[in-house]
Amino acid sequence: MVPGGSSGGSAASVAANSVLGATGTDTGGSIRQPAAFCGITGIKPTYGRCSRWGVVAFASSLDQAGPMTRSVRDCAIMLEAMAGYDKKDSTSINRPVPSYQNEMTGSIKGKRIGVPKEYRVDGTSDEIIKLWEQGIEWMRDAGAEIVDISLPHTKYALPAYYIVAPAEASSNLARYDGIRYGHRVEGEDLNDLYCKTRADGFGDEVQRRIMIGAYVLSAGFYDAYYNKARQVRTLIANDFKAAFGQVDAILTPTAPTPAFGDNEIQDDPIAMYLNDVFTVPASLAGLPAMSVPAGLSNDGLPLGLHLIGQPFEEGELLNIGGVMEKAAAFSAKPQLRAGA
Amino acid sequence: MAKVIKGRTGDWEMVIGLEVHAQVISNSKLFSGASTNFGSEPNHNVSLVDAAMPGMLPVLNEECVKQAVRTGLGIKAAINLYSVFDRKNYFYADLPQGYQISQLYHPIVGEGTVILDLEGGETREVGVERIHLEQDAGKSIHDQDPTRSFIDLNRTGVALMEIVSKPDLRSPEEAGAYVRKLRSIMRYLGTCDGNMDEGSMRADVNVSVRRPGEEFGTRTETKNVNSIRFIMQTIEIEAKRQVEILENGGTIDQETRQLDVANNTTHPLRSKEEAHDYRYFPCPDLLPLTLEQSFVDELAKDLPELPDPKKERFISELGLSAYDAGVLVAERETANFFEAVAKGRDAKLAANWVMGDFFGALNKSGKDLADSPVSAEGLGGLIDLISDGTISGRIAKEVFEAMWESGKSAGDIVEEKGLKQISDTGAIEAIIDEIIANNPSQVEQVRGGNEKLIGWFVGQTMKASGGKANPGVVNQILKAKLG
Repeated sequence: MVPGGSSGGSAASVAANSVLGATGTDTGGSIRQPAAFCGITGIKPTYGRCSRWGVVAFASSLDQAGPMTRSVRDCAIMLEAMAGYDKKDSTSINRPVPSYQNEMTGSIKGKRIGVPKEYRVDGTSDEIIKLWEQGIEWMRDAGAEIVDISLPHTKYALPAYYIVAPAEASSNLARYDGIRYGHRVEGEDLNDLYCKTRADGFGDEVQRRIMIGAYVLSAGFYDAYYNKARQVRTLIANDFKAAFGQVDAILTPTAPTPAFGDNEIQDDPIAMYLNDVFTVPASLAGLPAMSVPAGLSNDGLPLGLHLIGQPFEEGELLNIGGVMEKAAAFSAKPQLRAGA
Repeated sequence: MAKVIKGRTGDWEMVIGLEVHAQVISNSKLFSGASTNFGSEPNHNVSLVDAAMPGMLPVLNEECVKQAVRTGLGIKAAINLYSVFDRKNYFYADLPQGYQISQLYHPIVGEGTVILDLEGGETREVGVERIHLEQDAGKSIHDQDPTRSFIDLNRTGVALMEIVSKPDLRSPEEAGAYVRKLRSIMRYLGTCDGNMDEGSMRADVNVSVRRPGEEFGTRTETKNVNSIRFIMQTIEIEAKRQVEILENGGTIDQETRQLDVANNTTHPLRSKEEAHDYRYFPCPDLLPLTLEQSFVDELAKDLPELPDPKKERFISELGLSAYDAGVLVAERETANFFEAVAKGRDAKLAANWVMGDFFGALNKSGKDLADSPVSAEGLGGLIDLISDGTISGRIAKEVFEAMWESGKSAGDIVEEKGLKQISDTGAIEAIIDEIIANNPSQVEQVRGGNEKLIGWFVGQTMKASGGKANPGVVNQILKAKLG
C-alpha cells in the first residue's frame, strides 16, 4: 500500500510509532491525505501562519507547513511551536499565536458545522460517504448544528489547482538546473547540460507538471489558463467566505478513496489528481484544514474526515477535531510499528 | 534636432527609445542582506538567497524602494502606490534562481519627464514611460579558460532600476544628452552612481526609422550597451543598416541585436526560434508592494535641489547664460563648487573662472574636483583681488597658475611676487610719457587718425609695467595724451 503523499514518509513514521510527531508540508493536501491514509491527524494551517523559510518550494502561494501526529492534542502542541511570524518569509503573517491546547475545550455545543452538497462527487466510494454521514451524526450528537451549505465553484477547484500549482512549480524548480545546486549531467553546451540534468534528475510526474506549468504561463496562453485560474481561485475563496457567514467549520471526507496499492492508479495522472478533490479547495482559499482518523474501510484501511476552518481559527478547528477524535475512538494500529 | 538620414529614395528619420538599467545605490541587495560592494573577490557577496539554495525566500529591501521612489520624484513621475513583483523566467548559468524578480505589469514608477540640455542652451522634453525595480543577474566570465566559463554571483540580486523612455528621441546626440541628464539627476539624488565603466548604468537601445511624419517602423533592440559613446554609435549603425535594408525593398525583423564595437556593426543576438518566452507571473513569494502617500511625501520633502531648478536659479538669480548654467549644474559637485566660489561675488566672473582656467587646469592635470589643489575659497580669494582692483585679469591668470602649483593663497602670491596692480596715475603717466618720447613716429600716426595704434601703446605700457598697470587707467591716460 502507499502511505499517500507527498508527506507520506512523515505520516508513515508517525503511524508506525517511530516518532512522536512529524512536520509535513501541504500544497494541495500533502499533509491531510497521507494522514488519512495512515490513520493519524494532520493539520494544514492558514496560509501565512507558519513560515515557509527553509521549505523546499513547490507552489509558493499554496505551500504551508504543519504538524502530523497521533492525536489532535499533539497536533495542537506542535502547531503552537511551529506557528508564528518570520521576517524571512514575506508571506508569513504577524499576529499572535494563541494557546491551541487551551482552545480545545471539548465542547462544540451550538457550533454550526457546514456540509457542502458539492462535495458529493462521482467516484467517491460508498464507505467514504457512509463515514461522512457518521461524522455528521457525531457532530450533531455533540450538540453542534448541522447546516447544508453550497460552495458552488467547487468543481472548478481541481482544474484551477492543476494550473496554479504546476505554474509556480515550473518556476520554483528551475533552480535545479545542475549549475549551482545539486545533481548535474554534463552536456555538450549549456542547453544540453540543462536538458540532460533535468531529464535525469526529475521523475515523470515532476516533468509532467513542469511542462504543464510552462505551458500555462507561456505567451498567448497566460490569460486563458493562469489568469483564469487565479480568477477561479478568488471565486472559490468567496464561496468559503459566504459559507462562513452561516457556519463555523465545514465537514467533508479527506479523500475519495482509502490508500491504494503501490501498483494501482499511479500510472494514471488524472486519477491521481482526482484524489485531491476534497483537500484542494481549502488550499486555494488559504484556509486551515485538518484530517482526523475516523474509521476503517471494508478492507481495514484507515479513513479520515476533513474539517475546514476560518482563517486563523486553527484553535476552533482543533477543538472540533478533538471532539471528532473522541467520538470516532479510532484505535487501529499498523501491523508494522516501532516497539511492537 | 531630429537628425535626417538622406537616403537614395528620400529622407529618413530615426526613432529611438532607451531602456536604461541603473544600479541602485544601497548597502545590500534588493532581496537579500548580501553586500553590493563593487570589486569584492568573486562570489564573496553572495547570500543563500542569491545562490538560490532550496527553501530560501526573498525579502524586499526598503532602501531600494526609497531609491526608486526618489528617482521617480526626480523626473516628476507618477509614483504607483501599488506595484507588484513578477518573475521573469529563463535559464542561464549566471541566474541561479532560474528567474529574475522584476516588475512587468505594475511598476513602482509611472510616467515622467527628462529635460534634455542640447547644444546652444536649447532644451527638449523626453517622456519616461516607467521605472521598475528588478534584480541584476550574475556575471559569466568566458575569457579565463579555453573550455570552461566561470560564474561570479556578486552582482546577482543587486537592485536595478529599469528606466524606460518613450520613443521620443530622434538622434544619437539626443540619446547621449538623455543618458547624461538621467545620470546627472540620479547622481544628485544619490540613487545611482552612474559609473558606466563599472556597469552601474547600461542601456538597451531601441531603434527604428521612418519617413518623417509617418508611422513608426519596426524596431530592433540592441542589448547591454555600456557607454554613452557606444549608445550613440549603436544608433548610427542601426539606423543606417535599417535604411539600407528598407531602400533595397527589404523589411526589418523585430529582433534583439548586439553591438560589435571592433567591427563597427551590430549582429543578431539570437534567432527568432531561440527568442525567449519569459513566462512572467506575479512572484508568489512576495506580497504586492503598497506604499502610503505619506511615505512618498516624506521622501519628496528631503530631495535635494535638482539640476533643472538649479539651472533656472543660476539664470534668473545669478544672471548666467543658459549654456553656462547648464554646464555648471551638470554635476552636483561642480554646482556646489561654483556656488561656493560665487557666494558674495560677481557670479558671471566666478562662472568664467570656474569654467575657464579652473576646469582647464583640472582637465590638464587629470584631477577630480575633490583633489584640486585650489579650493573654492582659494579661487574666490583670487576673484576678490580682481574685483577690488588689486590685480588685473591678466595678472590673475599668472597668480592662478602659481596657486595651482604651490597651493598658496592668491593674496600671498601677489604679495610675494609684487604683482599688485598699479593704479596710481602719476606712476603710470611717467611710464607713458617715456614711451611717447621714445616713439615719435607712432605718436604721429595715432594723431594722424590711426586709432588702432592706441592698442600698441597700451601693450607697450603694460609691458613696461610688468603687466601690473591698471589697464583702465592706462587707456584713460593714453587717450588724453594722444587724443
